Amino acid sequence: MNRIAAIAVHTFKESVREKVLYNLVVFALLMIGAGLVLGSVSVGINEVALVNLGLSAVSVFGLLIAVFIGISLVWKEVDRRTLYNVLSKPVARSEFILGKSLGLVLTLVVNTAIMTAGFYLVLWYEKGRLSGADWAPLQAVYFILLQLTLVVGIALLFSAISSPALSAVFTLSLYVIGNLLGDLRALGEQSGTALRGLLRGLSMILPDFGALSDIAPAAHGELMPASQILTHSVYAVLYTIVLLSATILIFERKDLR
Amino acid sequence: MWAVEITELTKDYRLGFWSRERKRALDHLSLTVERGEVFGLLGPNGAGKTTLLKLLLRLIFPTAGTASILGRPLTDVRAHARIGYLPENPYFYDHLTAAEFLNYAGWLCGLDTAARRDRSRKLLEQVGLAASAGVPLRRFSKGMVQRLGIAQALVNDPEVIFLDEPMSGLDPLGRRQVRDLVLDLRRNGKTIFFSTHILPDAEALCDRVAVLNAGRLQDLGSLQEILRASVDSIELVLHDPPPQALEALARFNPGVTRTGSHVRLEFSANVDADAVLDAARGAGARVVSLSPVKLYSLEDYFLSRVRGATPGSEPSGSKEAERG
Repeated sequence: MNRIAAIAVHTFKESVREKVLYNLVVFALLMIGAGLVLGSVSVGINEVALVNLGLSAVSVFGLLIAVFIGISLVWKEVDRRTLYNVLSKPVARSEFILGKSLGLVLTLVVNTAIMTAGFYLVLWYEKGRLSGADWAPLQAVYFILLQLTLVVGIALLFSAISSPALSAVFTLSLYVIGNLLGDLRALGEQSGTALRGLLRGLSMILPDFGALSDIAPAAHGELMPASQILTHSVYAVLYTIVLLSATILIFERKDLR
Repeated sequence: MWAVEITELTKDYRLGFWSRERKRALDHLSLTVERGEVFGLLGPNGAGKTTLLKLLLRLIFPTAGTASILGRPLTDVRAHARIGYLPENPYFYDHLTAAEFLNYAGWLCGLDTAARRDRSRKLLEQVGLAASAGVPLRRFSKGMVQRLGIAQALVNDPEVIFLDEPMSGLDPLGRRQVRDLVLDLRRNGKTIFFSTHILPDAEALCDRVAVLNAGRLQDLGSLQEILRASVDSIELVLHDPPPQALEALARFNPGVTRTGSHVRLEFSANVDADAVLDAARGAGARVVSLSPVKLYSLEDYFLSRVRGATPGSEPSGSKEAERG
């Protein structure tokens, strides 16, 4: 556990030092711009648009970090041979994978927390005060983090078997498809038997990012039932565990030439 | 218990992702390294030295055979708590300073915060990097990176230390420091297993050596046993000798090289040196030096093995052609 923590902290430090958190500056500028533009629109529309925009920005910035850091997380250590130093110490390959993924998740949590704080600052500035309903977006932020954890798992798996460029394409494709699984299922119900079976199968195997998206309801102050939150959380965690296990299985057998 | 025990270790590399063709990098290698000895792994580039070290460090996996370190099989990660490793041409994290990197290495080895701080400070002093402890590694020269690599290999005070080309990238002073460090480690009872293709390093440090060529064990023993006297030669340097001096020396069948006003004549090791000197002086040549030449290039050694003759006994014509 100590070694996993060492790798996680090192990964987080690397992200910070390599200026990954600079995306926060862009986010801040975006939110300030949105606040200025939306300030002139009527109050109700203003709030919904601001929450939509803020949460979407949190999601997109997080997604970009999860994909583009995730795909190079292991590959970079192999390519630069810094991994030789790590694995020559009493560190199991599984511990390395777990440490790297935890480090990236930690980066994403810190990044998302800062963006969320910035978002609430703008919301408070626009509204003058925050009421109980204004905390609904926090639930959406939680689901964004679940999505990002899943993306980290996918990016890591692909990075263990292919180049960073291909890994990026595969991960982003899966993210897009995963957001359209509901439509795929609906299409399957209207199709012939063979296609229906195929689409049903795919929708069961592929990660269901659509189910983990809560931005639109949150913008209207709607909260998800606790049971649904629990189900979705368990789904995301289990799916990530499966992805990490597959990555570890592949990485345990990989020759580092 | 051996420090390292290797039995029939074999490694094949696939030549491409889709290809079924394989290249054998290590071929049924067996050897043992005793505790407390400095063991050199010698061989030209591509001999399989790095492959063997990577197999021992479980960076790659064997096609066949087994090995153990301090009695534990390679698959047992616990053995790594007692070993250190310097990779060939090491590369470390640009975003860390030297002290931070050693702290990370110590953390991976399970050292607590105080022990990491203390060990980092001592090691940086030992490898001459104390003044650069807070400098980011992106600003380090190749020699500094090499020294830091040695420091990180020692962070857990290991019993067995694997060094892959430890002198690479070091200036003469740095090489001397590493030599002294290795000898110091041996005095403290550590086992050192290092690879090199530079014979003077091995001669200065090793108790025993293994010579690899094309993945196979060519020789195993002390360096003196391996590089027998027959591979030595004797070099005579004359200052602007008259033609009759060279004619007089031709009967000793030397290799001849002209460098400015000097002429170097290389004789086989068993030549009668007195007779050579008498012949040179008798013909009016001015002798600059007469000295034994040891075989310092392992590549030369392998060439001699392949040709079935030692370099010193090659015909002079062929030597001159080589020197071109």
